[in-house]
Amino acid sequence: MTAIKKEESAGFDRQTIDYIQRAAASGLYEIRGLGAKRRVPNFDDLLFLAASLSRYPLEGYRERCATKTVLGTRHATRPVELAIPITIAGMSFGALSARVKESLGRAATEVGTSTTTGDGGMTPEERDSSKILVYQCLPSRYGFNPDDVRRADAIEIVIGQGAKPGGGGMLLGQKVNPRVARMRTLPQGVDQRSASRHPDWTGPDDLVIKIKELREITDWEKPIYVKVGATRVFNDVKLAVHAGADVVVVDGMQGGTAATQTVFIEHVGIPTLAALRQAVDALEDLNMRGTVQLIISGGIRSGADVAKALAMGADAVAIGQGVLFALGCNSDTYVEGNQHLSAAQDYARLGTAPGYCHHCHTGQCPVGVTTQDPLLELRLDPAVGAKRLKNYLKTVNMELTTIARACGKQDVHHLEKEDLVALTVEAAAMAAIPLAGTSWIPGR
Amino acid sequence: MANLKPTPRTTPAPAAAAHARQFDLARDSLRDLNAFLHRRAAAEGVTLVQISNPDGAHSIACGLNSALDVHIHGHVGYYAAGMNKSASVTVHGNAGPGVAENMMSGRVHIRGFASTAAGASAHGGLLIIDGDASLRCGISLKGGDIVVGGGVGSFSAFMAQAGRMVICGDAEDALGDSLYEAVIYVRGKVRSLGADARFEPMTDADRATVTDLLALSGMDHDAAEFKRVASARSLYHWNADTDQEY
Repeated sequence: MTAIKKEESAGFDRQTIDYIQRAAASGLYEIRGLGAKRRVPNFDDLLFLAASLSRYPLEGYRERCATKTVLGTRHATRPVELAIPITIAGMSFGALSARVKESLGRAATEVGTSTTTGDGGMTPEERDSSKILVYQCLPSRYGFNPDDVRRADAIEIVIGQGAKPGGGGMLLGQKVNPRVARMRTLPQGVDQRSASRHPDWTGPDDLVIKIKELREITDWEKPIYVKVGATRVFNDVKLAVHAGADVVVVDGMQGGTAATQTVFIEHVGIPTLAALRQAVDALEDLNMRGTVQLIISGGIRSGADVAKALAMGADAVAIGQGVLFALGCNSDTYVEGNQHLSAAQDYARLGTAPGYCHHCHTGQCPVGVTTQDPLLELRLDPAVGAKRLKNYLKTVNMELTTIARACGKQDVHHLEKEDLVALTVEAAAMAAIPLAGTSWIPGR
Repeated sequence: MANLKPTPRTTPAPAAAAHARQFDLARDSLRDLNAFLHRRAAAEGVTLVQISNPDGAHSIACGLNSALDVHIHGHVGYYAAGMNKSASVTVHGNAGPGVAENMMSGRVHIRGFASTAAGASAHGGLLIIDGDASLRCGISLKGGDIVVGGGVGSFSAFMAQAGRMVICGDAEDALGDSLYEAVIYVRGKVRSLGADARFEPMTDADRATVTDLLALSGMDHDAAEFKRVASARSLYHWNADTDQEY
């Protein structure tokens, strides 16, 4: 018998052939959840140079290392004060259930940080459970209203999202249940489109006026954030600062989504690492570092990521997908009472398995995180979710302070780019950090 | 185009009564004005506010949240009466972009013309524009009513979700593109309809709606002269037959 020769094409590998044949069969592009799966240069490609003879460390388990973070000091009379520089990114009620939003609020409040609404408006569960709540003003304006503007602690004008800059959004009909439909003023079950452009302004000059309107409505109390998806970051950050933003949020291409075309997730935008460098360059160019705060998001996972982001110049990070994984996304099991029950069959029904699932768009989340199904959402008890998330945020913060102490910093905001080296030429070039063992920064 | 004469520059009568207050934006700051309207007016029992010399300033009387009667004598810039709730705001002049954007309730009346995105994303209330409205009037409308005495620019009622829009004049291109459940009534010519918008027969209920809205707006037309535009609902579900409309 002749042996089968398996010579797979690099250009047309099995995954690509599967994509082409699926497209040929359906005539539709794939929509999915979560973020980019391809490898791009990221914070793993940086390392810290901790203290030795030339730097003096702090005692790792004893000495105080401050993590307090203040956002919105430029114009707002009531800036946001956080206990840690780790915030929860905007995720919509609709993509997530009200129970999940409650979990986020409870955990954020316990660790002293903020959570953020998303497309679809503010739920009472979210407001009641969140001590500090950032209210997003999105192009769709679903559920957006002046009472919630006044109830919020900060306003975030969303220009774009890292997973889909320039792309608007989509919430498929299976997640548009009666409550979601009512909040968004849409018929139940429609495949709901979120606009890619704001309805009442069209460019950076208009944005100046829009920000002032929100300031007038809130009597100049609340910080105004501007969030951009990472593309032309240097220019976008400068324009946001010129427009009057108190805080700029930059979301890199690894950022997550509840439902976006795969082609968008994998091929549009730039990596968080490169975006952060450009954002800091823009603030420095305007002499605005420290005046306008910078939040970076898009694939932040651990305390090491946070420490590296802060060292590069961010004031805080926002985490979305990491938060969902902490709640149980892609876990083998879900909790009912005190029992862990297997979700394997539910993953299989979606044609996936724990560790691989990105089927947030279906609303059939096997562990009750990204669903509006009345039975599935019971699989995430808000108390269990809050406890898990609190533990995760606490762990990330402890990792952050561990690294900061090792670098000799009494405050995590004292981390600096001189504490970093790059492992790869690509990361060195994107982050403008010297390649390890050299003083070489490609292109500089 | 609406056959509208230039709005005469009105002058507010002196506000002698205890329930009335007068602001002159040539002298008073916008921030003081809005702070008064938001917080002090109701507490001090003021129900009538006259504003002179707006001179195109932005965000005048935005974020109101009580039953005030506000008159602005002159032209206003962007976002006049933005996010209005409960108040009645009359602009005795023209309005810049985004007038009454995201209005929740109450009434906003523009005695002249309105620029782009008038009534954008309004959830409720009534916006009356005596003259013409520019591009994207009623974009993303979420339940408010808009009555335009003249015509509207292109892409008006784009992605409008709920509410009603009465256009007494003509409509430019792509009227009602990607409409959801909002309904548009047009008296004049429509240069073109947007994706998924279609003409539908007027019913008795439609004629009654138009008659009521015209009466509320102080306009005098025969409801029988209006055509109804609504969504064909062919874009409500993502599928291969929509030919890239998504």
